[in-house]
Amino acid sequence: MDGLYFWIFAVIAVLASLGVVGQRNPMYSVLLLIVSFGALSGLYVLLNAPFVAAIQIIIYAGAIMVLFLFVVMLLNVPTEDPAKGYHVKLLGGAGPRHFGAVLAVVLVAELVWAMSHLRLTAMPESAGATSSVYQIGLKLFRDYAFAFEATSVLILLAMVGAVILARKES
Amino acid sequence: MMAFFLDNKNLVAQLLLIGFVFQVLQISAAVLVYFERKIAAWAQQRYGPHLVGPSGSLQPIADIVKLMFKEELRPRGADTFLFYLAPILSATAAFGAFAVVPFGTSTTLFGLLDKPLALEVTDVNVAMLVIFAITSMGVYGVVLAGWSSNSKYSMLGALRSSAQMISYELSYGMSLAAVVMLAGSLSLRSIVDAQAGYWFHVIPKWYVFIQPLGFFIFMTAGVAETNRAPFDFPEAEQELVAGYHTEYSSMSFALFFMAEYINMFTVSAVATDLFLGGWHGPFLPSWLGWAWFLLKVSFLLFFYIWMRWTLPRYRYDQLMEFGWKWLLPMAVINLLVTAGIVLGMGW
Repeated sequence: MDGLYFWIFAVIAVLASLGVVGQRNPMYSVLLLIVSFGALSGLYVLLNAPFVAAIQIIIYAGAIMVLFLFVVMLLNVPTEDPAKGYHVKLLGGAGPRHFGAVLAVVLVAELVWAMSHLRLTAMPESAGATSSVYQIGLKLFRDYAFAFEATSVLILLAMVGAVILARKES
Repeated sequence: MMAFFLDNKNLVAQLLLIGFVFQVLQISAAVLVYFERKIAAWAQQRYGPHLVGPSGSLQPIADIVKLMFKEELRPRGADTFLFYLAPILSATAAFGAFAVVPFGTSTTLFGLLDKPLALEVTDVNVAMLVIFAITSMGVYGVVLAGWSSNSKYSMLGALRSSAQMISYELSYGMSLAAVVMLAGSLSLRSIVDAQAGYWFHVIPKWYVFIQPLGFFIFMTAGVAETNRAPFDFPEAEQELVAGYHTEYSSMSFALFFMAEYINMFTVSAVATDLFLGGWHGPFLPSWLGWAWFLLKVSFLLFFYIWMRWTLPRYRYDQLMEFGWKWLLPMAVINLLVTAGIVLGMGW
């Protein structure tokens, strides 16, 4: 039964992610990204991590994507039609194409390497969800306290920087 | 077939309960509309609906029939798919959020069932986060409705509502976090059970008495999240016609309307579970706990409607200022003080 659910969520996640890249309308790209996040959240539930699943929806699908949508709506980009000449030169030229091809080869090589070095171990029998919240808390604030606090300072810096950049000189 | 049902009485009961909750939510929207109109009339010294049925009590049914037979309009240039998806998203999020809200102790239906059946659709360990996640999905219904309508009033309403929901979601979440710390659990059922009993045999151990500020922040942010007056900017009639659902008619409009009332119901139910002790109360035996629950929810809903017809709408900049400069700092202080006390007292 879990296998069936895994395949449903996995297929949705992959198809939606392909759609994000393939869509011409940025609005639909954003929405498909939300669908993809939702499917990922389903996979987390299957991994017995309901806390991570809920956080994935709240932070990514809820908060961050609303901001994305906000920006797309405010910019009012109807479709991403390639302007004549411009995009063709910018992305379709010989140089960028070759560069893109190299990057694609590197990505495939990395994936193959990662897959071949994957050690398949059985999932540890996880305890209930409540204790998983407890364990995540312990890990974050005890084992990885420095990294956690450093990240929060980094985010604060980014926020202050954004405010300063966006402020109008009066 | 029959034998299967008899062997799995709890499964059948669970399915019936799900259907029951679904129906009650729908009916609650209709009942709320009726009471909203009656209380509005009372506040403004009018009669309100009084022609259909005894004192107008069949008015919601007439409204539903009327809405069903209205023509479904779609503006030219609207994005067809998203235009029809938006109300469905809104309604789904509204119904979905109630799935993890418990509303009573467990029952065996007077010995009919083998195992006691808990009075809620499903018990999730991280119920609080699930509610938060599903309600945050409700924003998309509003935003997409505004964008796909291809109308400036809808668009302005959608922009306002997303800004408002993002701003107040922070305070909303922080007031929840304080309660989670007190109860030491994310499960709504354990939070309610932590509020059983009395202090000095008189005062019920409801969190509203320890967390009065948290309750105030939760209700204020809840009113803002459900787009109700005095925070009903997304649909401010005098400025935006009807805001994000200006272009909607017939059942698509009804879905938005229903979603708004169900969201009110859910916020009141969650507030009851978190701050007002859920189904715990004096006098009634424990199997009648759902009656207490219903009573408290009704009171909060009345409060909601009462407020709408008492307070005028704020100005938009006042709303933002209140959200960011007053409510959020209060929520942070409340959270920090609660954390300090919980740590210090070792609760």
